[in-house]
Amino acid sequence: MPSVATLAFDYVPALPEIVLLVSACAVLMIDLFVPEPRRHVSYWLTLLSVAATASAILYVFHNTPVRTFGNMFVADAFGDVLNFLTCLTVILMLVYSRGYLAARGLFRGETFVLAMFALLGMMVMISANHFLTLYLGLELMSLSLYALVALHRESGTAVEAAMKYFVLGALASGLLLYGMSMIYGATGTLEINRVTTIIFGGHANRTILIFGLVFVVSAIAFKLGAVPYHMWVPDVYQGAPTAITLFIGTAPEFAAFAFMTRMLVGSLAAVAFDWQGMLIVLSLLSMIVGNVIAISQSNVKRMLAYSAIANMGFMLMGFLAANVNGYSAAMFYVVTYVMSSLAGFGLVLLLSRAGFEAENLDDFKGLNQRSPWYAFLMLLAMFSLAGVPPTVGFYAKFAVIEAAVDVGLVWLAVVAVLASLIGAFYYVRIVKLMYFDDPVDKAPLAARSDMQVLLSLNGLSLLFFGIFPQQLMGMCVVALTRSY
Amino acid sequence: MGGFDLSLLSQPTLSHYLVLGAILFAISVIGIFLNRRNVIIMLMAIELMLLAVNLNFIAFSYYLDDTAGQIFVFFILTVAAAESAIGLAILVLLFRSVGSIDVEDLRTLRG
Repeated sequence: MPSVATLAFDYVPALPEIVLLVSACAVLMIDLFVPEPRRHVSYWLTLLSVAATASAILYVFHNTPVRTFGNMFVADAFGDVLNFLTCLTVILMLVYSRGYLAARGLFRGETFVLAMFALLGMMVMISANHFLTLYLGLELMSLSLYALVALHRESGTAVEAAMKYFVLGALASGLLLYGMSMIYGATGTLEINRVTTIIFGGHANRTILIFGLVFVVSAIAFKLGAVPYHMWVPDVYQGAPTAITLFIGTAPEFAAFAFMTRMLVGSLAAVAFDWQGMLIVLSLLSMIVGNVIAISQSNVKRMLAYSAIANMGFMLMGFLAANVNGYSAAMFYVVTYVMSSLAGFGLVLLLSRAGFEAENLDDFKGLNQRSPWYAFLMLLAMFSLAGVPPTVGFYAKFAVIEAAVDVGLVWLAVVAVLASLIGAFYYVRIVKLMYFDDPVDKAPLAARSDMQVLLSLNGLSLLFFGIFPQQLMGMCVVALTRSY
Repeated sequence: MGGFDLSLLSQPTLSHYLVLGAILFAISVIGIFLNRRNVIIMLMAIELMLLAVNLNFIAFSYYLDDTAGQIFVFFILTVAAAESAIGLAILVLLFRSVGSIDVEDLRTLRG
């Protein structure tokens, strides 16, 4: 039995999570007493809570890893950077989706509280140092996201998307747990950093370990949406309300990346050779399938879903180099992908209004005549997703391709370049529709001023970091080298 | 670890439990992918999958003489309860909007 003294944990490393948990519970209670016309009170309280969480992360920022709660929780530079970016993403998502949610009767306390709990789940995942913490964070995030997708009860497609997301998400959790049970059996521990020590010490049963690894990699691929575990991505992106699609397509990518890094680098680095091969297959299939199928889509949300699949393939190509260059290139890729994706979905939200979903390619026709500035921002987002210089997406693709070439995977890099050439077609098609076609829909574009400012900054940051990527890349390298 | 001993009189070894866990897991994966009839069967398959994992954890935990695996199982059971609550809630919404719970009817979204 542990004595009482050993149960007195150090709570400070978990300060951001504690702030978020307490404020999420507070918003849940306060929202009950807020009358319907004053719902924006809950909205501002949510924004304030997430901003407070983000400042708490900066306040406790860790240059060296600190482990607490009986080695179940780790706070390191890698986790802090990703937690901070996830909070920022959630703030942008809330600001972008305000008008959209209000027009559909979804501007409710439940939406905000579920978003906060999903964020808490992501932060717990990012800070996990134990399989149990990782699993609980993953489930907290996933369960909140299933509920968010289904929140638009009147929409048949949203409910169908929620059901598909739920079944496949639960399957992914099952695969993850099965893999974790095998790794537990092979190494006798559930602590992420002790798994590495035991494998390096040669005390692990290799057959069981590799068997478990296959399941864990499958679960990671599910969460990232990599081919052949991508079937939920297009349906969920298309069916969910666009504001929720924006959420699912951005912040959880950070959590999934952290999940992959904690599992594969944090605990299974000793079998890197084995997971490298699996990731090559996932990366190759994702880049090809994602980019080719996206061409035939007429729904923008579905097209962006295949774009997400393809982009995760590129990210995996950096990661599978299995060295610090590769990991930081992959991290840079995720950060820039989320930035571009936020801007892209932000514009889809901006074009939608009450009773009208701007989700077909035709809705982008002649955007330049309706608003040259928004057309320019969409152009930046599309160019960044396609990897056209001088946007940041170009540098991100360059970095992952370089990482793959450095470890001798030249053929994979060649396939990646060809896949991105194919992919450029459907991104440039949107640009062509915006600039060279006449508008079908001539309704004026209205957005709140805070959304206009943030969306413009978001779009311009794609250009800024494209010209000056060193700072952002340096941050990724430092975060990884200080933690692993 | 003991090898395969199919004699019914012998003590069950770790591999017996693991094989049972693997069979249950395989049944549940088949239940999700080959089931073309009913969404409730899918929810049952998901539960079975988590229980198969629990069996694995308990078997390893006993074999390794380490309680962490059994504690993990308590958490999985709790999360499984929350998961089925959400799954059934979505199912009720689905029945209201589609009017059936056939897997075949879930095909508005495709392409």
